Amino acid sequence: MKVLLRNPRREIEIEGRRRVHALLAELGLPRESHLVIRNGTLIPGDEELDKDDVIEIRPVISGGF
Amino acid sequence: MKCRTCRGPAIIELPRHNANFCAEHFLQMCRRQVEKAIHDHDMIKKTDRVLVAVSGGKDSLAVWDMLVELGYQADGLYVALGIGEYSEESREYTERFAAERNLKLTVVSLRDDYGYDIPTATKVTGRVPCSACGMSKRHLFDKAAVDGGYDVVVTGHNLDDEAAVLFGNALRWDVEYLARQLPVLPSRHGFPKKVKPLIRLTEREMAAWCVIRGIDYIVEECPMAEGNRHIGYKEVLNVLEEKSPGTKASYYLGFLDRMAPVLASIAATGADSVTPCVQCGAPTGGEEGSVCAFCRLVERSAAHEPVSVELVRKKSRSQKRVQAEASKK
Repeated sequence: MKVLLRNPRREIEIEGRRRVHALLAELGLPRESHLVIRNGTLIPGDEELDKDDVIEIRPVISGGF
Repeated sequence: MKCRTCRGPAIIELPRHNANFCAEHFLQMCRRQVEKAIHDHDMIKKTDRVLVAVSGGKDSLAVWDMLVELGYQADGLYVALGIGEYSEESREYTERFAAERNLKLTVVSLRDDYGYDIPTATKVTGRVPCSACGMSKRHLFDKAAVDGGYDVVVTGHNLDDEAAVLFGNALRWDVEYLARQLPVLPSRHGFPKKVKPLIRLTEREMAAWCVIRGIDYIVEECPMAEGNRHIGYKEVLNVLEEKSPGTKASYYLGFLDRMAPVLASIAATGADSVTPCVQCGAPTGGEEGSVCAFCRLVERSAAHEPVSVELVRKKSRSQKRVQAEASKK
């Protein structure tokens, strides 16, 4: 599957099927600071991702006050 | 995974509520949290004219969207900070949001209206970028609210923001800052009332609100805020939150319930000797005849040759990580 990451913007390819929470854990990305989006829709942690999926993992932490 | 309310398919899990929600009931939960914050802290009346400080990021656009949806008369103010492409892009998101909803947006440009920008001010002051940026924005939001006759200024500070600031203040035992870290700053000495309706919602929830509502916002981090102290505090708090969901809410909301009243007498002291700035007339904490910090910043920065973002930005940890990954390949 294709995975779009941010900060900085880049794309990586992941082999095989995964659940969302397993993918986040594999990439070392905390659930509390990321959303996973497929076709413009949020997907929950237990959703199974297909090898043909294109997803975005969007960080939600912003800084500066 | 099922929605707690309707048992339909859920799109988001919120461990701190021990619940999952579909889009409709997630939005309902967010609205209720904002209404509760507004009600509990007496933030905004339905008849108030509201000025929302917008940055083009998720929190400020989400709070503006929510307030309009809840029936408040809310206009926006965007300050163009001159932080290269980041500022240009964030301005586009803000202007598009306002235009699509037919909302009133005022834009103030540091470069065009005051002759400086944040990279230049950072170079001139030699302090962290967020210092000149925060001070400039606070001054301009106050001025716009007073000049425009607004009753209240709304900012998009969320639960993560407030918990991170609280964590920093507690690490230093900065009692005066702790005492003043409240979700409502009342109008006094010529300063407008300021409120934070998102204190009961996390930034993950605000980003989710934007995705569900189809709000495009600037996802990339401000290049000048990368690696700042508060981002580090948020990361630490999120580690605790993953191990023990609800930690951030109990930490900050518990502070408001149980610690802020203890510190109330300290919050009430100080800041009583306010005089008007001799240059711009804004209230300032200095002695009679003083020039405010904003006017001093403008004077020094506008006299300096413009400085590019790249010259003053720090290399972020995320960039370093990506470069390290690339060099291993």
